[in-house]
Amino acid sequence: MFDIFLDDAPALVVVLPLLISAIIAFMPSKIWPWIISIITLLLHLFLSLHLLKEISVSGLIIYEFGNWEPPWGISFKIDGVNIGLQLLFSIFVLVSTFYSRKIFLNEIDYRDSGKAYSLWLLAIGSLNGIILTNDIFNLFVFLEISALASISLIALGAGQNRKALLAAFNYLIIGAIGATFYVIGVGFAYAMTGTLNMNDLVIQLAQYSDGQLAIFAGMSFMLIGLMVKAAIFPVHIWLPPAYSYAPSAVSTLLAALATKTILYFFVRLLYEVFIIYPSYLSLFLDFVLYPLSLLAIFIGTVIAIYQDDIKKLLAFSSIAQIGYITLAFSLKDHSGVASGFVHIFNHALIKGGLFMAVGYFAILYKDRVTLNSLKGFGYKYPITSFALLICGLSLIGLPLTNGFISKLYLFQALYTNQMYFSIALVAVSSALAVVYFWKIVEQMWFSEIKFKSEKEDAYIYLPIWIVTISIIVFGIYSTPIIEFSNLSADYLISGYQN
Amino acid sequence: MSNSFLIILGIITPLFAALFSYVCKYNDNLRDSFGIIGGLITFVISLKIFHGIQNNEVYQITFFTLFDGVDFAFKVSALGSIFSLVASSLWILASIYTIGYMRGAGEKNQTRFVIFYSIAIHAALAIAWSGNLLVLFIFYEILTFSTFPLVGHKQNAESQSAGRLYLSILVGTSLIFFLPAIFWIWLKTGTLDFQDGGILMNKFPAEYLSFLIAMLVFGIGKAAIMPIHRWLPAAMVAPTPVSALLHAVAVVKAGVFSFLVVVVYIVGPDFLLQTKSSDWLVWLACFTIMASSIIAITKDDLKARLAYSTISQLSYIILGAALASSLALKGASFHIITHALGKITLFFCAGAIYVTAHIKKVSDLKGMGYKLPLIFFAYTLGALSIIGVPPFIGSWSKFYLIMGSIEREFIIVAIILGISSLLNIYYLLQPVVIGFTQNSKKEIKLTKAPLTVWPPLITGLGCLVFFFYANYFLNNISGVIVN
Repeated sequence: MFDIFLDDAPALVVVLPLLISAIIAFMPSKIWPWIISIITLLLHLFLSLHLLKEISVSGLIIYEFGNWEPPWGISFKIDGVNIGLQLLFSIFVLVSTFYSRKIFLNEIDYRDSGKAYSLWLLAIGSLNGIILTNDIFNLFVFLEISALASISLIALGAGQNRKALLAAFNYLIIGAIGATFYVIGVGFAYAMTGTLNMNDLVIQLAQYSDGQLAIFAGMSFMLIGLMVKAAIFPVHIWLPPAYSYAPSAVSTLLAALATKTILYFFVRLLYEVFIIYPSYLSLFLDFVLYPLSLLAIFIGTVIAIYQDDIKKLLAFSSIAQIGYITLAFSLKDHSGVASGFVHIFNHALIKGGLFMAVGYFAILYKDRVTLNSLKGFGYKYPITSFALLICGLSLIGLPLTNGFISKLYLFQALYTNQMYFSIALVAVSSALAVVYFWKIVEQMWFSEIKFKSEKEDAYIYLPIWIVTISIIVFGIYSTPIIEFSNLSADYLISGYQN
Repeated sequence: MSNSFLIILGIITPLFAALFSYVCKYNDNLRDSFGIIGGLITFVISLKIFHGIQNNEVYQITFFTLFDGVDFAFKVSALGSIFSLVASSLWILASIYTIGYMRGAGEKNQTRFVIFYSIAIHAALAIAWSGNLLVLFIFYEILTFSTFPLVGHKQNAESQSAGRLYLSILVGTSLIFFLPAIFWIWLKTGTLDFQDGGILMNKFPAEYLSFLIAMLVFGIGKAAIMPIHRWLPAAMVAPTPVSALLHAVAVVKAGVFSFLVVVVYIVGPDFLLQTKSSDWLVWLACFTIMASSIIAITKDDLKARLAYSTISQLSYIILGAALASSLALKGASFHIITHALGKITLFFCAGAIYVTAHIKKVSDLKGMGYKLPLIFFAYTLGALSIIGVPPFIGSWSKFYLIMGSIEREFIIVAIILGISSLLNIYYLLQPVVIGFTQNSKKEIKLTKAPLTVWPPLITGLGCLVFFFYANYFLNNISGVIVN
């Protein structure tokens, strides 16, 4: 019975969450929206696994909507580049949806439950669309849907803190500017080539092989727009307030996946389409992305040290971590792109785990979690605190955690490109990460106030510890992540060398 | 028992000691006894391994592969067998001493203290027996993190800032220099395994070797070479058992041990001698020896003085490694044992004086020698050993180091070692002199803490007795260094 649907799996992974989102929007029940979301996402995972199976056989799936052939119709493309990300996405949204129940019950009005999960699925569907789409205008549509869904989700945090509204509004304005930049760029490209399909775009652009000002302007607009959306320094300012005032479940989803999917598309655009202008590409990578990444790494880490609010601290740390990813992507070779993907996977897990633990603390503390409020939490809630400790050590990049694997491959990539200054900077900033993370640990275990350990909610253990254990497992057995990343890099870089 | 099982047992015994201490946290005597039991078990295992190494037995176990060419594996080297023997044997005495000290001084949070103490020993043993540089690094970090709660034990503002300094220097240097250096070695050679004669020869560009050595010596902050030495005096806010076992034996020795291992099994002494890339380090080590000796003279606080003395003595080992000749390496390896015995005696005595008479400063020791004769006797034995007076064990390592520097034709270094011994005499024996010559004017109430007196006496007499059995250790060491 399923076979009919399986052929449409590439469309269904996006359409299914979007459809269900509309159905549960006005459900007054407290629990049903969540149950339906979980079932939807289980199906979503099943479909992703099916896609993985297909890809391992065929290597490439182009799904044409309504059987319109690619240059005219919209198409999705699944290949070695995005299948790993698709799988991570599927698994992580399921875990975070499971986690979200306790958070939403506590942080938002129960009558909003249906709306919240509707937006939640909307965000998931549209972010998944970003991963799969092969059409630059279709991407804009998904960008907008995901932005609007996330903004509304962030605004749901207003029940806890009114600043969430301001953060959401900030994101709305800055995100809209980014999206506008992107769509202007798309306009330029469409005017010059008459196509929106990425594969076709490559062919059409080839006729302007000497380059043309309009094309370059269009490309620059698109890249800057995406940089805003991916929160690459210095256009990251919407991110810290958005992550820190959103309900914790939303922070988890956004921090782990939202910027990652856009970064994925960013690198795909760079290495699959813009590659036909190598001089433009290397200009952008060497003189824009590379220095900005270094600044992001350093400044993000330093600002994080001075944060008192834990969620804000983690958000600024995310800016630095995005810097690591873009630094890797700016290297123009296989090892660089592969290590960027490795860090996309690993950082999604690490930040997801950290936000989950901190979000749970916020509920227990019934207020925003600041450094001061964490006093003695290590004794009060030992099991969640321990998970937080492991995620934090992984963020620093100590061996036996997956953060170390990221760092190993990043160092290797930088070394083969002889970027010794960057190696030094990455080493220094990972040492500085110890500073901000240790401030948390010190408050949790080594401050005067001590509590008897209280009962924690065993429900919350499951998602947090799934993530934490996977952090350790992938630190010891890193082959799956390395292979998916190498696969992605193989596809992207083979284009570069031709 | 199979050899690999022995390694696992040795490494997890301290963890079980920690676990049992936690389980029995409501029964003080039972809780504290696990340190002694664990010490005895690990000591027997270390001794068996030590003898096994002498008979050319192989102790190794591989768990899983971390990444290309790097396994999570343990393999006992000759150097490692010495370090583990020192750490485990002194753990027994330190555990006994800890009971006397912690109860005598009325410290809080004793359970946490005992647990992290055992975990630190676990990390030290794992460092000693690690099979490659990455495993060594992992446990190096665990050692740092596990000693942080011990340094910040008092939880007041002073110990908190000391703990921060401790952690930021040790973790910071290891992440900025040590880890990139490990990556560099791995990228060049494709392996990180310890092998006799080193792995870098013909694979690592000789012109960058000095730079690599610099990254390693500054990255291994636990070796406390200047200017990365500030954490050690700061760590002295910890209760004395920590200063005694960890900051005179386990932690700092783990630092110099790591550096020695790198020189002997990674870089290879031959490669170093060929390229002369560590000659600059000889001078830095000499500077550290002299400078910290001079600072030690100015310190009135007994523990601070001993801390600076430790910094100076650690640089003896760095010096030996940097000279890289066979005699110098022999002296450096042997100095791990001799300094451990001597310095733990001195710290035990400093702590015993604090617990019984509540005195921290050298100038307050007037007349105390008559009141605490046993402690002062033990202190004198330890001090004489560190100074290097025959017939104390410390004279051997100093002898080999001087011979080594002459072998490499660094005559000035030999002279500096002589001057440093003179300075040692001044600042280490001054407390004894003050204790016995001047009469105290005020009455000091003494608290009895007998358990703090016997351990220093045993180690102090050990300094004397082992002088005659030096060959017992030197046999193992000579196996290490075959030039």
